[in-house]
Amino acid sequence: MGDSTAKARPHVTPGEGLIFEKSSPGKHAYSLPPLDVPEVQPEEVLGAGFVRREIAGFPEVSEIEIIRHFTRLSTWNYGVDTGMYPLGSCTMKYNPRINEVVARLEGLASEHPYQPTELAQGCLKILRALEKALLEITGMDAITLQPAAGAHGELTGILMVQAYLTAKGNPRQLVLIPDSAHGTNPATAAMAGYNVAPVKSNRGGQVDLDALRQLMTENVAALMITNPNTLGIFEERITDIAEIVHARGGVLYLDGANLNALAGVTRPGDFGADIVHLNLHKTFSTPHGGGGPGAGPVAVKKFLEPFLPLPVLQESPEGRLRWNFERPQSIGRVRAFYGNFGMHVRALAYILAHGPEGILQVTRDAVLNSNYIRKGLEGVYDLPYPSPTLHETVFSDKRQARFGVRTMDIAKRLMDYGFHPYTVAFPLIVPGAMMIEPTESECKEELDLFIEALRAIAHEAETHPDLVKTAPHTTRVRRLDEVTANRKPILRWQPAPRPSAGPAPAPEPAD
Amino acid sequence: MRYLPKSDAERKAMLERIGCASVEELFAAIPGAIRLRRPLAIPGPLSEPEIVDFFQARARENASGYLRFLGAGVYSHFRPVVVDALASRGEFFTAYTPYQPEISQGTLQAIFEFQTLICQLTGQEIANASLYDGSTALPESVIMAVRISDRARVLVARSLHPEYRQVLSTYARGQGLQIEELPYAASGQVDREALARQLDDRTAAVAIQSPNFFGCVEDVAALSRFCHEHNALLICAINEPVSLGLLRPPAEADIVALEGQALGLPPSYGGPYVGVLATKERFVRSMPGRLAGQTTDSEGRRGFVLTLATREQHIRREKATSNICTNQALCALMTTIFMTVYGKQGMRALAEQNLAKAHYAASELAKVPGARIRFSAPFFNEFVLQLACPAEALQQRLAEQKILAGIALERFYPELKQSLLVCVTETHARADLDRFVAAVRAACAEAPRGKA
Amino acid sequence: MYPRDYRYTREHEWIKLEGDRATIGITHYAQEQLGDIVFVELPKPGAEFAGMEAFGTVESVKAVSELYSPVSGRVEEVNTSLNENPALLNQEPHGAAWLIKMRIKDPSELNSLLTAEQYEAFLQSGAPDTGAQAES
Repeated sequence: MGDSTAKARPHVTPGEGLIFEKSSPGKHAYSLPPLDVPEVQPEEVLGAGFVRREIAGFPEVSEIEIIRHFTRLSTWNYGVDTGMYPLGSCTMKYNPRINEVVARLEGLASEHPYQPTELAQGCLKILRALEKALLEITGMDAITLQPAAGAHGELTGILMVQAYLTAKGNPRQLVLIPDSAHGTNPATAAMAGYNVAPVKSNRGGQVDLDALRQLMTENVAALMITNPNTLGIFEERITDIAEIVHARGGVLYLDGANLNALAGVTRPGDFGADIVHLNLHKTFSTPHGGGGPGAGPVAVKKFLEPFLPLPVLQESPEGRLRWNFERPQSIGRVRAFYGNFGMHVRALAYILAHGPEGILQVTRDAVLNSNYIRKGLEGVYDLPYPSPTLHETVFSDKRQARFGVRTMDIAKRLMDYGFHPYTVAFPLIVPGAMMIEPTESECKEELDLFIEALRAIAHEAETHPDLVKTAPHTTRVRRLDEVTANRKPILRWQPAPRPSAGPAPAPEPAD
Repeated sequence: MRYLPKSDAERKAMLERIGCASVEELFAAIPGAIRLRRPLAIPGPLSEPEIVDFFQARARENASGYLRFLGAGVYSHFRPVVVDALASRGEFFTAYTPYQPEISQGTLQAIFEFQTLICQLTGQEIANASLYDGSTALPESVIMAVRISDRARVLVARSLHPEYRQVLSTYARGQGLQIEELPYAASGQVDREALARQLDDRTAAVAIQSPNFFGCVEDVAALSRFCHEHNALLICAINEPVSLGLLRPPAEADIVALEGQALGLPPSYGGPYVGVLATKERFVRSMPGRLAGQTTDSEGRRGFVLTLATREQHIRREKATSNICTNQALCALMTTIFMTVYGKQGMRALAEQNLAKAHYAASELAKVPGARIRFSAPFFNEFVLQLACPAEALQQRLAEQKILAGIALERFYPELKQSLLVCVTETHARADLDRFVAAVRAACAEAPRGKA
Repeated sequence: MYPRDYRYTREHEWIKLEGDRATIGITHYAQEQLGDIVFVELPKPGAEFAGMEAFGTVESVKAVSELYSPVSGRVEEVNTSLNENPALLNQEPHGAAWLIKMRIKDPSELNSLLTAEQYEAFLQSGAPDTGAQAES
């Protein structure tokens, strides 16, 4: 591995303890104005039995120590800001800084969800503008911004299917899900009380229409489909699929995780989807934040509008906005208040920055980047489904497995080359899957380096398999012992050393 | 487009390498009949200054400059500037879920610290890495209790946040749960006699909130004894965790479903916030949500990983403990920094200021003719003001003076007419409180008297 | 490798019969496929299961496998040592790491199960993997 390919890498500074280990009594970082009302005795106004003595174990540190602690922790992370983060199905694109600035504006971040709508028109206008843009991009008729993440949007959508079918007389019992789907799809269907039946993929990596026809009975509530699917392949027969589902009175649910391949090119509403959820943290650049927050708006066709969660935004002819709660067929609330407003602000800022031409260019660049990587790795890594792909490509470790090198090893070795790994071992229909989604945010040089790195690792797998199997070699920590972490979980810091973590002693009783 | 890092020449070179004449060829798999043949009808593109202008204009259409006494699950506290300064580091906010621990130790260690702080704050043994918010943490906790107890009946306090209860009933339909309401007593706390009547051996759990929606502090220890006599679990929702700087932690509850917004997140018109579940170690495998655990690397160094992942949807699929995937990690990080800044002394000092200011305001308001404090139970920073005039009239009158007086409870509780839920925190200076009281006094004097 | 006096299933469980009492476990092949086993979930004594009904799960770091009862019966004893030491399943799957003991209903049900020779042949013919890793 020469210097030319060794690039972005998180810092490897060792030794930053836990914040609790830096604590010493008497230090503090907070500042409050002096109390300007009469002091009260907590024991008197609350009752002695309701007052605690102290929060045992809480840290006592100064401001500079806090700054250094979290700064040091941050340097151990690899983010999109560090370098290419081709985590398939996660759309790790650039998070524009202006989005962060506007979401924190006084007058937006400071607003309370229970202030009168007459005094929240600015917030409501932002939500309305986002609703309109997302409806146009998806080609749907009505929308809710309430769900807090993609999986939450899925639940909202499936509950709407249930409510709609119940209103028609029979909620049905089954949800069909292709075998290439995200785990959230079956988990969601189960949460809504549905049984799940998998639909198998054909050799082209697409839904097998004959299998679908057989499974699609009048007991099936919905087909939950991802398009392009998790292989990055567009379901070319999508309108036929929609027809099969609709002919039996079912609902076509589209998981919009992969909208970054479609925006401006085709619209779910135009290819037969009845419901689509979006991941604003994927397609619309709101930051992934180390695991969230996300936002999972759900857009629907007209016939499902009555079932949208409470409340829905309503615009008067004069352009005044208000929340409408009078919706007898609604599934109810799926979250308090109106959703992750701060994320809605960021997503709208992203759309405004791009405009129609910009959104289309994003889609084209995302697909171009993915195909460029595909071309660069063809013949080096096995491509189990050779159909054309859009924004992501799934290779497998089949060739490297002959040398005992598996997808996880290749992923770990990529870290040594300065990249975040791809998604490992998903989708499940590809043994040893390597799921690569570069997004539009990578320049040609970065893509060339990435291709070069994966080609070099393929060579290493043949010549020095152990080098790959023991990777990473240059990170702050090496491979971690997940087996012990699972067998003897240690899930919190405790002051006394605890050599074996059986059932922990109960915490200090409430004092 | 300024975010896109390619020149047209580079795009052309890449297409040539792929072997395509135009980018259109890459989309050949999408049938022509479903292609969008026109530009999207969306606004933009806007330059950076135009974007700032747009959102500043929207901000001016809101309630800037208003004095607010609004709580009800969303609390304004002083947010130390280091919270945003540190959470704005790109390595934190542009990373994703730490699936690759070797290059995610920053996020993982911060989550481990978050889990620990939540345990210390709540008196529980374990806490997860976060859920969406308090309102969804409640149904997740109920589903968890049902899983543990293998019973389907759940009693939910009417004094628990009304919107949380609405979310619970939405989730309950899919799960086939039997939700029954538990009334509140004249004190504002859970009605213990009703609890004694309603609790039986088919009950999976009792869900309460403390301080509850009216601001009243519940006796968690006593309620827990009641529940345990029937082998039912006690779920305690915590909406205002700053109260735990002073209040006895809900250690006797079996599951704590906490909303962390008050710990360093701005109100932001309802989100993003952060939910979290805390519970006993023996329930860990029934708990939804991610968990960070401590371990060592192949050279013996301490490190952290996501652990017990077989509970989750990406492995167990339809049999998972929940469908949650993306959570609220960055919000959890912000609360971690907030709790660290306030620390052991500061959390207490902060809670004491809230208590003192709320009690000062309450005692001054109680002197106003036509106003009284509705409930007798102890309260932290929120209380119900019972008026002799319609609450809406008073809200209207005060809004004209740029004061948002509180939340009229009749909207959620038809039986609580002429009642206003008032929240006072450390952010209110004494002068603000005096202005508020004077305005209430004036409004009460003018307003037509109602029945109360 | 595979004891001759046991019977086997295609789901990689073994069963050993003594009178109407059967001991049930997972095979060496199953533990090898799963990798390091971190958790075992077993039923309570007294529980009844039909043939091929799921009676518990066994977990590695990134996979969960259902355990299927090879025959119908009632659980009499559960190997609680696996709670503390799930690694035993990797070490002695055919012996000390048995899972449950059952009082079985109909010994003739065993006739439809594989013999050691048949199970070995089944493995050689390319048994499918038991678990898969996933993440996204």
